[in-house]
Amino acid sequence: MTATELHGFLHGLPGVDQVGAEERAARLATRSIKTSAKAEAIDLAISMVDLTTLEGADTAGKVRALCAKAAHPDPSDASVPKVAAVCVYPDMVETAVAALSGSGIGVASVATAFPSGRAPMEAKLADTRAAVAAGASEIDMVIDRGAFLSGDYAKVHEEITAVKDACGPAHLKVILETGELATYDNVRRASWLAMRAGADFIKTSTGKVSPAATLPVTLVMLEAVRDYRAAAGRQVGVKPAGGIRTTKDAIKYLVLVNETAGPDWLTPDWFRLGASSVLNDLLMQRRKLATGVYSGPDYFTLD
Amino acid sequence: MTVFDYAPAPESRSVVDIRASYGLFINGEFTGGHGEPFKTINPADEGVLAEVACADESDVDRAVRAARAAYDKVWGPMPGAERAKYLYRIARIVQERSRELAVLESIDNGKPIRESRDVDVPLVAAWFFYYAGWADKLRHAGLGPAPKPVGVAGQVIPWNFPLLMLAWKIAPALACGNTVVLKPAETTPLTALLFADICRQAELPPGVVNIVTGAGETGAALVSHPGVDKVAFTGSTQVGRQIARTLAGTRKKLTLELGGKAANIVYQDAALDQAVEGIVNGIFFNQGHVCCAGSRLLVQESVAEEVLERLKARMATLRVGDPLDKNTDIGAINSAAQLARIRELSDAGEAEGAARWSPQCELPDRGFWFAPTLFTEVAQSHRIAREEIFGPVLSVLTFRTPEEAVTKANNTPYGLSAGIWTEKGSQILWTAQRLRAGVVWANTFNKFDPASPFGGYKESGFGREGGRHGLEAYLNV
Repeated sequence: MTATELHGFLHGLPGVDQVGAEERAARLATRSIKTSAKAEAIDLAISMVDLTTLEGADTAGKVRALCAKAAHPDPSDASVPKVAAVCVYPDMVETAVAALSGSGIGVASVATAFPSGRAPMEAKLADTRAAVAAGASEIDMVIDRGAFLSGDYAKVHEEITAVKDACGPAHLKVILETGELATYDNVRRASWLAMRAGADFIKTSTGKVSPAATLPVTLVMLEAVRDYRAAAGRQVGVKPAGGIRTTKDAIKYLVLVNETAGPDWLTPDWFRLGASSVLNDLLMQRRKLATGVYSGPDYFTLD
Repeated sequence: MTVFDYAPAPESRSVVDIRASYGLFINGEFTGGHGEPFKTINPADEGVLAEVACADESDVDRAVRAARAAYDKVWGPMPGAERAKYLYRIARIVQERSRELAVLESIDNGKPIRESRDVDVPLVAAWFFYYAGWADKLRHAGLGPAPKPVGVAGQVIPWNFPLLMLAWKIAPALACGNTVVLKPAETTPLTALLFADICRQAELPPGVVNIVTGAGETGAALVSHPGVDKVAFTGSTQVGRQIARTLAGTRKKLTLELGGKAANIVYQDAALDQAVEGIVNGIFFNQGHVCCAGSRLLVQESVAEEVLERLKARMATLRVGDPLDKNTDIGAINSAAQLARIRELSDAGEAEGAARWSPQCELPDRGFWFAPTLFTEVAQSHRIAREEIFGPVLSVLTFRTPEEAVTKANNTPYGLSAGIWTEKGSQILWTAQRLRAGVVWANTFNKFDPASPFGGYKESGFGREGGRHGLEAYLNV
């Protein structure tokens, strides 16, 4: 497909009505999930978490602590599922892989000059290759928002394809940074662009830009993966990231998945929550359901 | 594959106290009626909720006299600013008792609690707040320098939005200085009687609001009573015709808000996911018991297949069942009679050759239920494309050009509402200017606001409710 054809294709997608999309997301957020449904939802949400630390101050010790938590989120309760993956900067991949060996938990790494993506293509590819070589099973790349907003979709497409190549066997999650794309029309176009270029997952945000994940943005992306599977026959996962802090929030996302893309997406293979602080709230609510009383925050580990 | 079944999340019934029997509300007191008392039932399980008094002619006469006395002595002479205080107080009490009102409305009517809680009751409060604001500003409404109240208003309302229709009728009437005698529908009288209690709590002077319960005969006695100065009716076109005949040649003012068969036009450039949501909201909101429901979907042929595919997938996620479950999207049909009518018309649709489709859904054993239903291959000449079904039944027609869409949309005896779905602003304006409908929604549907007038063309009635225009029906200008 030429650059012009790609442009025409993306602009030929049905539009998104902002008011309608936000209303729909708000309405789904009023679903009342209680008792057994809540218990199932909490365990499902825990198993979908990408436990993340992306700070300049990260140390090997901090990453190892996070990995321990990923494998046993609640040391006092063996029935708590482990999380889906641990997400770190490329230089921490080796540490994480070692700490998680044999646990079945994936190691995701934000490569490609995260979070701005403003680096020469060669550097982005080198970043990716290094992370994969160190053992990362998932790569979270950021798209070039500048190129996207200027209408240079072909460049974004090319970059994603190249990174996908560099990933080898690792899964590619493409971060759209929806807070910078500004409109839902752009979110839908970026979603289709990423999927066509080979993304295994599309992800809302780096977590470094506000607003990060929101329900309406995730709704639009879920509609896109649903439509893309119907059109192209390939299933792509979705990962909202950033700003998801409470169990209530997490459950709203699961409802959104259930009623938009459908139950096929309700597994860690096709839906992830990029969030860290939400895990302790999930654990606290889980224990509340089991015992009938709330434990204090000190009953759960900090990292 | 994970199945995410939502566990039942029922709203508590304990917030509402349903009495074994109810009287009429006349002159600030609950009194017996001389007619044969009748029972109101819960449409979701057919259980009897309460016995309700029935007003005969003499009871209606008592109510009208009480309203006249209150009008002459208290409410008519009262300054607008004082009347406003009462209306504000009613609005606030409605908010305070909103949960009680919502639960009772869902029990008596069968509508899902999420609608009574999130739509009906908040709008009821909004209507009283809005018209409270007008009570002392009538001279500035653009209806003449010194508008005067009409007197006693006789008001007859339907069962689909019992509380909301009560608010639409009572709020502007009181704001303008009229007193009212209101007859709620016989299948849904309970929230009106709870509203009577709210009037007492607000210390509204006795006789300003009177509520007489009963069926058609009570309504007929009310509209034909010589002491009534203004009649307002919302309901079927058939009854509206009878009322118009009764009132012809009298001095009484009349407004009628009757049936509809709204066209919901989806152009090929519409935001399809939101359009599908609007189609669902247009016809399945309140089980389709909506006079302005978007019951005729007119979709442009080039996207018809895609829209239908999306619509069917969306309909499969609708949850039908217990109205008090907070996750229910579609509740019970209000009465056995209405269910029979919906069945008759949808059977006719099949017999005429339209293709019927419903998602798989289990309906409860007891109560009145009807699965959300879609008809394709519908022609303009089919009964399901012409007659108001007043149920969760959507007829899908297609068109090729905007001219054809407008022609088909207008080719109906009704003209209450319409919807337009397109990303092109100019197309919205072009279409809206040509549609003969009282309300035209663009890229949305079934939106109500007290500031926005509502009413119909042709067999959908005349007169406007809501907004500044809604004052006119209750004023001599």
